[in-house]
Amino acid sequence: MGLKIEQDYNRFKNIVKGKIRKELKEYISRSEMFGKQGKDIVSIPVPQIDLPHFKFDHNEQKGVGQGEGEEGDVIGQADGQGEGSGKAGDSPGDHIMEVEVSLDELAEMLGEELQLPKIEPKGRKNITNLKDRYTSVRNVGPESLRNFKRTFQQALKRQIASGTYNKANPIVIPERRDKRYKSWKTTKKPEASAVIIYMMDVSGSMTEHQKEIVRIESFWIDTWLRSQYKEIDSRYIIHDAEAREVDRETFYHTRESGGTRISSAYRVCLNIINEHYPFEEWNVYPFHFSDGDNWSRDDDQNCIRLLEEELLKRCNMFCYGQVEGIYGVGNFKQVLDESFSIEQNLITSEIEDKEGIYESIKDFLGKGK
Amino acid sequence: MNLTTELDEMRTGIRQVALDYKLDFFPTMFELVDYNRMNEIASFGGFPTRYPHWKFGMEYEQLSKGYAYGLQKIYEMVINNDPCYAYLMESNEMVDQKLVMAHVYGHSDFFKNNYWFAMTDRKAMDTMANHGSRIRGYIKKYGFDTVEAFLDVCLTIENLIDPYSPFIKRPVSSKDTDDKPDKPVKKIESKKYMDSFINPEAFLEDQKKKNEDAKETEKRIPEHPEKDVLLFLLEYAPLEKWQQNILSIIRDESYYFAPQAQTKIMNEGWASYWHSKIMTSKCLTDSEVVDYADHHSGTMGVSPGHMNPYKLGIELFKDIEDRWNKGKFGKDYDDCDQTNELAQWDKNLGLGREKIFEVRKIHNDITFIDTFLTKEFVSNQKMFTFGLDKSSGNYVIQDREFKKIKDTLLFNLTNIGQPFIYVLDGNYKNRGELYLKHRFEGLSLEKKYARDTLKSVCNLWGRPVNLETVEENKDILISFDGSDYKEVFMGLRK
Repeated sequence: MGLKIEQDYNRFKNIVKGKIRKELKEYISRSEMFGKQGKDIVSIPVPQIDLPHFKFDHNEQKGVGQGEGEEGDVIGQADGQGEGSGKAGDSPGDHIMEVEVSLDELAEMLGEELQLPKIEPKGRKNITNLKDRYTSVRNVGPESLRNFKRTFQQALKRQIASGTYNKANPIVIPERRDKRYKSWKTTKKPEASAVIIYMMDVSGSMTEHQKEIVRIESFWIDTWLRSQYKEIDSRYIIHDAEAREVDRETFYHTRESGGTRISSAYRVCLNIINEHYPFEEWNVYPFHFSDGDNWSRDDDQNCIRLLEEELLKRCNMFCYGQVEGIYGVGNFKQVLDESFSIEQNLITSEIEDKEGIYESIKDFLGKGK
Repeated sequence: MNLTTELDEMRTGIRQVALDYKLDFFPTMFELVDYNRMNEIASFGGFPTRYPHWKFGMEYEQLSKGYAYGLQKIYEMVINNDPCYAYLMESNEMVDQKLVMAHVYGHSDFFKNNYWFAMTDRKAMDTMANHGSRIRGYIKKYGFDTVEAFLDVCLTIENLIDPYSPFIKRPVSSKDTDDKPDKPVKKIESKKYMDSFINPEAFLEDQKKKNEDAKETEKRIPEHPEKDVLLFLLEYAPLEKWQQNILSIIRDESYYFAPQAQTKIMNEGWASYWHSKIMTSKCLTDSEVVDYADHHSGTMGVSPGHMNPYKLGIELFKDIEDRWNKGKFGKDYDDCDQTNELAQWDKNLGLGREKIFEVRKIHNDITFIDTFLTKEFVSNQKMFTFGLDKSSGNYVIQDREFKKIKDTLLFNLTNIGQPFIYVLDGNYKNRGELYLKHRFEGLSLEKKYARDTLKSVCNLWGRPVNLETVEENKDILISFDGSDYKEVFMGLRK
């Protein structure tokens, strides 16, 4: 039975989403929401939507309670959560409410807000797999697809209902109308698949704060790309002077010390692509974040050569994000900018602080590649 | 879904017991609903159909989340209507259903007999549905966004009513100033033969006009401060017909729900008293005792920062019954100062039951607490007042003194816990501005909310609106002219 409340409930959810959309820019630079990430949903804290009323200042209000305790004993906290606010229906003004939003919706909002172009997947984009699966039952069909169990169930049902079923002599005879046949559904499987390869500098000069920025930014990149591709792989590479592939947890939480040789990461990245993600079949998105300090000019040249000769040919776009930290920034972005023209599929972006994430996402994803 | 045969048999039994106890209720219809539907009905304030508004959706979200996380569960809903409708949760255990049915008969009796409900619409079920379809009609005609925006505005001031007004017969307004004899036109003294020169026709015209202007100013609107702000706006705000209709729907519904807020403690207390009486004296089987006790005590549970109306209500009714059974009232009892004598006081009057029936008939929460809350009761129930300790940011126990507790309770119940807002003038500064006054009784208004609400009122009134209120011991006047707020300091309070 459908509920009448459905309409009001949807309207309410839309209002909430409108609010999130309006303040998305602010949400983009915040990290609270990622702690509450489920498989397909995130819960986002939004200020309670409320109809204003003339009402008393709750901080001044007194209440009456019951129970043990001396004068001066603490019975609750003032933030108004849970007990303490005393009188029914009297909730403090700035309640926070958690709203669950699916990642798809979030991506849609992000796309609208940043005016991101839809990505045209390449590779086997037009090839879709057709697959037949027998998932349902129908009343007509060829005898070869007859479903015995359902047919007899139906016949038994009919006989019981019409009173012709005899318990002592339980013979069930299906009639024409009892017959049930297996039926199939053709599903199309789009083949456009993508891989995101995250690389991060974890050398001594990268602080927690910078990593936080990387984490927030990659959450949004992930959300967007996932909405564009049916299937997506994520790979993670960390590097200081040496690079290695790690899992997601390690990626965000490792801190090493030592120098930085960016080319090491690019080599690992290249290996991963060569081994698992042939460019003809995959949309490849390497993202690299560092503070821009590199070991030496020589290594800068190594990187450029790697990009020029190998990497750029094997990926949709290569993104480099330079995160500013307490030690300032290096000049790797500058080196890249000088060596590659805008037409090439290398995108660089500088992220000064959390507020810069918004623009940076736009830089990376605004090209629609 | 209708009751199952088993439940219906139980219902018949419980109903008979309730009748034997002389409960007098409306015909009561039970319906069995699943948790989803229960949450829906509860979100609609107990009705299966309401006008469309997102606030019900918000309520639903909270209720269904609360249910899903196991934080709360609604056992029953009952609606003040003739016949009385009650919804039972399908998943309740049998003993719960019994308890709830007995509880419902208590509520139904209270709705029918308590004086404060006398003026409520007993066909609310139909009325609410009609309100819904009227508003749906407006949505069709004027568009969803328009109507929703207007509903939002109306709902911000839905609490600005005068819950006592249905009981007051007011004299018909003597506003018709046209009936008063006109003041004589003022003339400058002169000799008769000079009169036409000193008081020429044009001058007299002028004087006459001044008189009329003065009379105009005398016509204050409203004549007396008006607490029913909604009524005032209905009469005087420049609204279109459909807007007036919506505002009056909101106002009617506010008046319908007001007595439930005015008698929360009594109503729940009365229903709890009867479910407990009916269950423990007649309807419990041996195997149900433990579950019953568990659920009853759950309902009666108290937590330090919360006043449980069920608990306070039932205990107060029991206390009254006991006092009138033993004759613990009247001059002799009040004058007696022997502690041991007081403790053993028993005149075997047996008037208790009769008394509580009388109490349920004539009192509301305020008079109930004011009349029957005694010092002994307060100390037996371990009641205290609490408030915010601003230095630590914690709520702390402040006092266990009887008078303070009673005052605080009464204060929180006064005007259903809402601030007093009056319309003082609908033509403030002779510029058609609205002047509202918050009658200060010790608590300031939540500032941000007050400002937002003022904006809403301005939306309805179409001209600037002003609110006189008190903040940090200062009288202030907050004004909103449609785009900006202004705040004027009016003076210090003594």
